[in-house]
Amino acid sequence: MLERALTGSQQYYRLLMGLLILMGMGFAAYLYQLNTGLTVTGLSRDVSWGFYIAQFTFLVGVAASAVMVVLPYYLHNVKVFGRITILGEFLAVASVTMCLLFIIVDLGKPMRLLNVILYPSPNSILFWDMIVLNGYLFLNIVIGWNVLEAERKGTAAPSWLKPLIYVSIPWAISIHTVTAFLYAGLPGRHLWLHSILAARFLASAFASGPALLILLAFVLKKYTKFDAGKEAIDKLSQVVLYGMLVSIFFLGLEFFTAFYSNIPSHQHGLKYLFVGLDGHGKLVPFMWLFALLALAAVVLLINPNTRKQEKTLKIACLCVFFAMWIEKGLGLVIGGFIPNPFEQVREYLPTVPELIITIGIWATGFFVLTILYKIAVSVKEEVE
Amino acid sequence: MESNRRSFLKIGGICALGLGALPVTKALARKAVPQVSEFPEALKANQWAMVVDMKKCWEKAEEDCKDCILACHQYHNVPDIGTLKEEIKWIWQESYHDTFHDQATQFNIENIEHNPIMVLCNHCTSPPCVRVCPTKATFKDKKSGIVKMDYHRCIGCRFCMAGCPYGARSFNFRDPIPYIKTELNMEYPARERGVVEKCSFCTERLARGLFPACVEACRHGALTFGDITDPNSSVRKVLAENYSIKRKPELGTGPNVYYII
Ligand code: SF4
Ligand code: SF4
Repeated sequence: MLERALTGSQQYYRLLMGLLILMGMGFAAYLYQLNTGLTVTGLSRDVSWGFYIAQFTFLVGVAASAVMVVLPYYLHNVKVFGRITILGEFLAVASVTMCLLFIIVDLGKPMRLLNVILYPSPNSILFWDMIVLNGYLFLNIVIGWNVLEAERKGTAAPSWLKPLIYVSIPWAISIHTVTAFLYAGLPGRHLWLHSILAARFLASAFASGPALLILLAFVLKKYTKFDAGKEAIDKLSQVVLYGMLVSIFFLGLEFFTAFYSNIPSHQHGLKYLFVGLDGHGKLVPFMWLFALLALAAVVLLINPNTRKQEKTLKIACLCVFFAMWIEKGLGLVIGGFIPNPFEQVREYLPTVPELIITIGIWATGFFVLTILYKIAVSVKEEVE
Repeated sequence: MESNRRSFLKIGGICALGLGALPVTKALARKAVPQVSEFPEALKANQWAMVVDMKKCWEKAEEDCKDCILACHQYHNVPDIGTLKEEIKWIWQESYHDTFHDQATQFNIENIEHNPIMVLCNHCTSPPCVRVCPTKATFKDKKSGIVKMDYHRCIGCRFCMAGCPYGARSFNFRDPIPYIKTELNMEYPARERGVVEKCSFCTERLARGLFPACVEACRHGALTFGDITDPNSSVRKVLAENYSIKRKPELGTGPNVYYII
């Protein structure tokens, strides 16, 4: 099936070329970082994780959200999702690829990466994260590929695949839960030290992931003969709506606990993000943008008229995606480090090399995604 | 020596055969590596601990006394990067207000708010940095209670920095060697770019029967070092006579650095 990735329209090649250029730039910037050290980033002694780990966290969510098409289709027999499960699975593959790359570029000593396997440390959540992420990548490649292969041959998927599909459902939940545990179990990091963090992660994932899937389905509809179908899109948009509402609700819970209890250390992180702390507030405009986008998304999604219209739905999905990207891909990880253990505010903003590397990794993810989607769509076009 | 070299070559040859030979290498290695024996003069404790008497420090020392910091940073080849963003520090000063923000009262005696406090790694009894490390590059030495680091194993993921609630860890964002401004101490390794480091309670000095460099350097006896599990130790004596506090005891980390204020 792989050969289908090699032939395509002019546009397809141009897209791949464009992505390759971005990947090359990212790679060059990474070589620079590798040679000079993480000093080229905006990271500091106090904000020791930043943009890379934040992207990683966000993308784990996108990857996990594949479950939102797989679960209804296989467990509840929601037929309309049949056509797009493959899109969800391949999106998961691309996202996990990006996650792993973001972890690697964040390491101070990437050449020692294998130490995680050579000296397995089950007490570290990072160890478990490595296992669940790689397992999830493997599951989605195997499942996606075999389902597609069967579709091409016009046969039923091999029977050994079923158990794997069922395993992949809780597995998807596990990747985002374990990722939340990276944060939620650290003493003294008050913004993260909430038992609701994992639930919040999942809720926001079920908003941002399906939103991206809807957007991708529209792109496919425009440029290929593949149409996800109105009904599937509508169902997905409902998932996005509920994901969004629950996310906002959970965030509200955090605000309540912090501000009604009036415990300063629990308020600092939230204050820093939304109004600034001790006169520092570099993230404040972003967080308000998040609030605005989230509000716009909810308004557009809650009204069935705007939700069902392609144009407004697209806008709503863009709003959701960027809102959640800001909230998780920026605010949550960085905000957790501010103030530092001495309650001093040391701010962080990514630097240019950091941004170029980040763009390079996103481009890599989209490169993988483009190729996988190209294969999937060609097979589907052929069958039809 | 000769036999060591031969077995080393042997192991090398087997390694060259590929990873399939790993069990054989292991079996050979077990024989070839000599047991580490301790120096007879080594100082021992179940859990080393430090009492920092800030009263003595504030009252007796000159205002700009930094003897302990200089001694430590010189001994351990700690670089002076010169920026707040990347600075590397093993023992340093923070204000009373910032260090004990959770217990500072508003109207304190003699207004100590802005007085300096010496801070360092607490060599916690249940250290979160050890719990989160994915490679065991940070580990708690069961024999001495010291939280140690293996600079050759650390992958620089900085999970431990997120895990430590005391800000005790520094990361080598760049090659530190050009920034070592003190005379190079050949007895302690300089670090590489990309690894985390922190106070080691001078493990290697204890092994040679010496107290930590900072303790030795303080001319006013403000730093007391000893075994917290031994009721007759110097630290226990000081603690029995003075009211002391610890940093963030509510987190359950069990810090082993005590403060007399
Ligand atoms: S003070 Fe920080 S670095 Fe030191 S042992 Fe405790 S948690 Fe670890
Ligand atoms: S940075 Fe090094 S010591 Fe710290 S958690 Fe990672 S591997 Fe362990």
